Amino acid sequence: MDTRVTKKKLGLKERYAAMTRGLAWDTTYQPMDKVFPFDRYEGIKIHDWEKWEDPFRLTMDAYWKYQGEKERKLYAVIEAFAQNNGQLGVADARYINALKIFIQAVTPLEYMAHRGFAHVGRHFTGAGARVAAQMQSVDELRHFQTETHAISHYNKYFNGMHNASHWYDRVWYLAVPKSFFEDAMSGGPFEFLTAVSFSFEYVLTNLLFVPFMSGAAHNGDMSTVTFGFSAQSDESRHMTLGIECIKFMLEQDPANVPIVQRWIDKWFWRGYRLLTIVAMMQDYMLPKRVMSWKEAWEMYAEENGGALFKDLARYGIRLPKGWEIACEGKDHISHQAWNAFYNFAAAAPFHTWVPTDEELNWLSEKYPDSFDQYYRPRLEFYRERQQAGHRYYSKTLPMLCTTCQIPMFFTEPGDPTKICYRETTHGGDKYHFCSDGCKHIFEQEPEKYVQSWLPVHQIYQGHCFKPGVDPTQPGFDPLAAVLDWYDLNVGRDNFDFEGSEDQRNFATWRGDAPQAGSAKKGGAA
Amino acid sequence: MNIDLQARQIKPLRQTFNRVAAYTGDKPASRYLEATLGVQPTANFHYRPTWEPEFEVYDTRRTAVKMADWYALRDPRQYYYATWTMARARQQESMEASYQFVESRGLIGKMSDAVRANACEMLMPLRHVAWGANMNNCTVCARGYGTAFTAPAMLHAMDQLGVAQHLTRLGLALDEPGVLEAGRNDWLQNPHWQPLRELVENTLVIQDPFEVFVAQNLALDGLLYPLIYGQYVDEHLAIQGGTAVAMLTAFMPEWHDESARWIDAVVKVAAAESGDNRGLISNWYATHVARAQAALVPVAKLALGDAGAEALCAVRETLDARARKAGLTL
Amino acid sequence: MNTVATVSKVFIAFQDNEEARPVVEAILADNPQADAVYSPGLVKINAPGHLVVRRATIEEQTGRPFDLQQIHVNLVTLSGHIDEDDDQFTLSWNQ
Repeated sequence: MDTRVTKKKLGLKERYAAMTRGLAWDTTYQPMDKVFPFDRYEGIKIHDWEKWEDPFRLTMDAYWKYQGEKERKLYAVIEAFAQNNGQLGVADARYINALKIFIQAVTPLEYMAHRGFAHVGRHFTGAGARVAAQMQSVDELRHFQTETHAISHYNKYFNGMHNASHWYDRVWYLAVPKSFFEDAMSGGPFEFLTAVSFSFEYVLTNLLFVPFMSGAAHNGDMSTVTFGFSAQSDESRHMTLGIECIKFMLEQDPANVPIVQRWIDKWFWRGYRLLTIVAMMQDYMLPKRVMSWKEAWEMYAEENGGALFKDLARYGIRLPKGWEIACEGKDHISHQAWNAFYNFAAAAPFHTWVPTDEELNWLSEKYPDSFDQYYRPRLEFYRERQQAGHRYYSKTLPMLCTTCQIPMFFTEPGDPTKICYRETTHGGDKYHFCSDGCKHIFEQEPEKYVQSWLPVHQIYQGHCFKPGVDPTQPGFDPLAAVLDWYDLNVGRDNFDFEGSEDQRNFATWRGDAPQAGSAKKGGAA
Repeated sequence: MNIDLQARQIKPLRQTFNRVAAYTGDKPASRYLEATLGVQPTANFHYRPTWEPEFEVYDTRRTAVKMADWYALRDPRQYYYATWTMARARQQESMEASYQFVESRGLIGKMSDAVRANACEMLMPLRHVAWGANMNNCTVCARGYGTAFTAPAMLHAMDQLGVAQHLTRLGLALDEPGVLEAGRNDWLQNPHWQPLRELVENTLVIQDPFEVFVAQNLALDGLLYPLIYGQYVDEHLAIQGGTAVAMLTAFMPEWHDESARWIDAVVKVAAAESGDNRGLISNWYATHVARAQAALVPVAKLALGDAGAEALCAVRETLDARARKAGLTL
Repeated sequence: MNTVATVSKVFIAFQDNEEARPVVEAILADNPQADAVYSPGLVKINAPGHLVVRRATIEEQTGRPFDLQQIHVNLVTLSGHIDEDDDQFTLSWNQ
C-alpha cells in the first residue's frame, strides 16, 4: 500500500509522451506502408521518429480547460458587441471593408487548414507529429468558426459578407488565397507543414494577426481584436509545430536539407505574395493607424525572420530566395495593390476609396522613399476625376500570374515605374508570371501549375457565365455576366465607398449629419 | 453616439449568410448552422493532390455513399468548437472532482490487488484501441465530404484521444508507470488481444470514409463501450470493490451515449437517402459488427470469464436494435 | 558572432489585460534585459537571445498557485525555440 503512495510521478515531458506517442504501435497485421502511405514520396528521410520534439505539451484535459476558457471570454465579447450594436462604434465605416476581405479571403483558409491538418494528422508515421497536427486541425476549425461568428453580426448590417463562401470558389481575387492553400494541401505532409506551419505561420502570420488586430482595437472593433488575439494564441502553438518540424527534418538526414530549402524558398515567396493583401489592409483600410505595413514588415519579417534564419544557418539553411526583393517591396506593395483594387472596384465585393489628405500625409511620412514620388500623385488624380464625376472602373480583364494568380501589377526590382513580366514555355504553351519568384516556382513543378484554375482564363473560355448566357449576342457585357455568375449584388457589394449603401446606413444609424462625399477629403478640393 | 441615437431604427439588412439562408431562409441562424452549412469549398479546385491525383481536394467520390446534399447529415448535439470544448471542459471538471474524491478517501488503496491488477490488465490495452479510433476519425474528417459530416468527426477524433489519455491517467493512478508498458505488451503479443488488434489495424486501411465511420464508430465502439464500461467496469468491477475505477472512467460511457446520438443520426439520414445507401451501409454494418464481435470474444472472456460470451451477445443484440432504429436492414 | 550587438531578439506577447499582468510583471522581474512595448490591446516583451518565464515568480505576484500552461489563455504570439517544464518556460535562439 505504502509503495502506491510514493508512486513515481512523471515529469511534464514523460507524462506527455505517455499520453501521446506512447499510445502508438507499429502495425503488423497491416504493413506500416499501407497504414501510412503518404509520408515518404516527397523524399524526406526520417530515421527515428522518436527524436521528434513535441512543440507544446497540452494533453486533452488541459486543452479543453484552457480552450474552453478562451471561448467563454471570446463569445462573451462577441455577444456584448452584438447586443450593444458595437458595429456603430467603429471609427469609420470604411474600416468594415477590411472585415469583408477577412471573411472572404482569410476565414476560408482557416477551414482549409482544418481539413489539411486532419489529413496530415492522420498520415505522419510519427505519433508525436500526428497529435500536434490534429490539435492544430481543431484549432483551425475554431478559427473558422469564431471569425464567422464575430463577423456574423457585421454581415447583418453591411454588404459584401453575405456570400463569402460562394465568392471564395469563384471571384478572381479570391483565387489568390484559394490556390495558395490548395497548393499546400495538394503537397505531401512534410511540404504542407513547411508551407503552413513554418513559412506561413512562423514567418508571416504575425503580420496579419498582431499589428492588424492591434489596429482593429484602435478602430474600436473589440469583437475582431478579441477573435484575432484569441486565434493568435493558438498560432503560438502552431508556429512552434512549424519550427520543430523544420528542425526535425534537418536533423534527421542531411539529404533533407536541399528539399527543405526548396520548400522554404517556394513557400516564403507564395506567402509573401499572398500577404500583399494584408499590406493593403494595413495601410489603407485602418482609418486609425497603429503602424505601417513597412514598420510591421521590419519588426516581424526582417527582425524576427532574420533571427530565425540566422539560427537555422547551423543546418545549412539560408534566407529564402527572394528575401531581398521582398524587403525592397515593403515600400511598394501595399500601394500597388490598393491601386489595382481601386481600379477593379466594380469586380470585387468590397469598397475602395482615395484616402483623406490626413491619411495621405501619414502615408507620405511612413513611406518617405516611395509614396510621394510614385503613388500619391496617382491617388490625387483619381480623386480629382472622381470629384468631377468620373470615378473610373476598369472593365477589362487583367493578365494574371500563373503561380500566385495576382494581376500583373508588381514592379521590377529596382524600378518601381516598370511592371514586372516574366514568361516561360511549357508543353508548347506560354505561361506568364509577376516575378522571378513565381516563375521559378512554376518551373520546379510545371505539371502542378498548368492545372491552375485561372479566373481570367476561365472567363475567356466562357466558364464563368450562368447557363443560357450567350456571349455572342450583340451588346453582350461580359463583366455584367461574370458578376451575375458571381452572384454579386451589383451596386451594393461593389464600387467606391463614396455613395455606397454602407456609407449611407452607417451615417444614418449613427445619427451623423448627412455629409457630401467630400467631407472626408479634408481640404483637397 | 449615445443611447438616444442607438434607439433609432437600426434595421438589419439581412439575418444570416447566404450559405445558411439557402437552407433556412433569411432568418436569424444558430451558431451551429453558421459554423456548419455550406462551409466547405465545392468548386473550381486548382490542383489535384499529389498524394491522390485521382481525386479533387474535396471529392464526393471518395465514398460509395451518395448524398444529394451532404449537409443533410447534421449533428443533433449541434456542436461547434466552443460548445464542444466547453462541454468537455465541464466533464473534465467533474473528472477532476472524482480524482480528488478517490484520492482523498484512499479508494484506490482500498481495492484489492487482484481487482486493481485485473482493471489494469483489461483497460490498459484499450488505450491503443482509442488511439486507432482517433486515427480513423481523422480519416473521416480528412476524406469525408461536407462540413456537417467532417467537423464532428474531428471533434470525435480528439475525444478519442481524450479517452486514451483518461485511460493513461487511470493507469498511472492505479499503478506504477510500468503498467502502461505491460498493457502495450499485451496489446502487441497477448493472444487475447490479437484478434482485436488485427481488427483495428484492418480498419486503418479502409479508404472509404463512410465505411470507416460505420466500422469504427457504430460497429466496434457500439460493442466495445457497453461491454467494457457497462458490463465490465460498472457491473463486474464495481461489485468486487472497484468503484473507484468506475468513477475514474465515468467520462467514457457518458461520452459514448452522447456521441451515439450523432452517429445514429448520420447513419439514419444517409440510409434514408436511397435504397442503395441503405443497402451499402447495412452491409458495412453487418460485416464489421460480425468481425468486431468475433474479435471481442477473447476480450469479453478475459473481462468477465464464462459470462463474457453471454454479455457480448447481449451487447450485440442491443446494438442491432440501435442499427435497426437508425434504419438499417439486418 | 557572439557579440552583444548581433544577438537576435526573442519575444513573447500577451493580451494587455488583468490576467496577463502578473505574468508580464514576473517576466520583467526575471529578465532584466527585457523590455515591454505596449500597443492597443497588446503587450510585447522583447529580450536579446533568451527569455524565461518562471512559475515561482508568477506565484509570488499573484499569491496563488499557477500552472504554467495557463499562459496559453492570454498568450498572443512568441518567437524563439521553446523549452518548457513544470517550473519554467524558456525562449531562446542558438547562436
